[in-house]
Amino acid sequence: MSSKTQILDFIRGRYPQAEIDESQDIFALGFVNSLFAMELVMFVEKTFGVTIPNEELRIDNFRTADAMSALVARLTSDLAVA
Amino acid sequence: MTLTSTAPAPAGAAPVTGRSSARAFVDTHVVPYADAYDSSGRVPEDLLRRAAEAGLWDPLSMDMVTLGEVHEEVGRGCSSLRSLLTVHTMVSWTLRRWGTDAQRDRWSAPLAAGDALGAFCLSEPGAGSDAAGITTTATQTGDGWVIDGVKTWTTGGQRADVFLVFARTATSIGAFLVPRDTPGVTVTPIDDMLGTRASMLATITFDGVALGPDALLGPSGFTAGMVLTGTLDLGRYSVAAGSLGIVQACLEASAGYAARREVGGRPLAELPLIQAKLSDMVTDARAARLLVAEAGRLKDAGESATIMATWVAKYFASTAAARHASEAVQIHGASGCAPGSPVARFYRDAKVMEIIEGSNEVQRITIAGQAERETTR
Repeated sequence: MSSKTQILDFIRGRYPQAEIDESQDIFALGFVNSLFAMELVMFVEKTFGVTIPNEELRIDNFRTADAMSALVARLTSDLAVA
Repeated sequence: MTLTSTAPAPAGAAPVTGRSSARAFVDTHVVPYADAYDSSGRVPEDLLRRAAEAGLWDPLSMDMVTLGEVHEEVGRGCSSLRSLLTVHTMVSWTLRRWGTDAQRDRWSAPLAAGDALGAFCLSEPGAGSDAAGITTTATQTGDGWVIDGVKTWTTGGQRADVFLVFARTATSIGAFLVPRDTPGVTVTPIDDMLGTRASMLATITFDGVALGPDALLGPSGFTAGMVLTGTLDLGRYSVAAGSLGIVQACLEASAGYAARREVGGRPLAELPLIQAKLSDMVTDARAARLLVAEAGRLKDAGESATIMATWVAKYFASTAAARHASEAVQIHGASGCAPGSPVARFYRDAKVMEIIEGSNEVQRITIAGQAERETTR
């Protein structure tokens, strides 16, 4: 399963009433609070075995499943290089 | 940072590495003196040193399940000491999770050794569980930050060396490390609280406190709220464990008293109404222990489900503590209301657990919100 699909599944699992696709801005939908943001970061770190550094904790990296998937790809690529 | 500037620490505090060593430490160094701490309104330097000897100020040296067990045992002996450990643990964890290398280099070692104690500054005169209502500001300047505002109910504030201060920035809420000796910081003790009377609470005033650019802990912008969420989650976990410790303490005190005290020639323990109270204590202690352990296991696994598991554990354990502390006083009768009565202290401390790190009302809103989401799947 792709990282994008896993991220979408996680978001849909938490907010089953919302219809979300991979390019939809989840902040614009209005249900991201600090609790969900924390859960989202923990999910990404646990699922993909990465640590998201402070400088990557920017809103643009978390707006869409596409953006989060790209972040995961960058971080796992960094791991491979290291 | 006064711990290392005094006489050599007394011998006798063996390292605490888990439940059994924590229990031994608490039974030797805490339980016999906890009522005296409560009366005097402070945990003495001697005990802070012994805790340092035992490694209690280095909570990150153990996994979260073990940390929960240790904080339960400390809470069984003295909620004030456990409260000091809670806020220190919150600062230590936040530094490790979100700190820069420079921030860790400066604070990690002294915090772990107990040479510096940390405290957590969120509540204000006009904002408690409503964290979004804080008015303390952090204004970015050309060469750093300036903090202005008043924090109150700060556990350990009278004694802490570094404050983790949450303040409103231009875009969100940020976390700032503020050394106690920074000009503009004023500490005003709060005495005679209902419970956790020895936890050295204070009101902290920040009046034009100028800090360097490295004072900000963690990300700025939208994710800054996560620092607060994560810090409070750990505090809630520690309070859940400490509340469980109160239930266990109530059980042990009540079972002992009921076995010794006779009514009409029979021990209290033979009365069905007393047996009912004791059996409820046993049951709730076991249930709370499972909830705390599950929250800890999820933390150790890095599972996001730990946040809700911790809410549930704290809600259950704190309400159980308040209920059973009341029953423990009831079982002890007038002697439970007497000066220096441990169960009277448990009763007063337990009430505090229903308020701190998110009041029970806020907990119910959050837990119910999760249930609502789940039932719409």
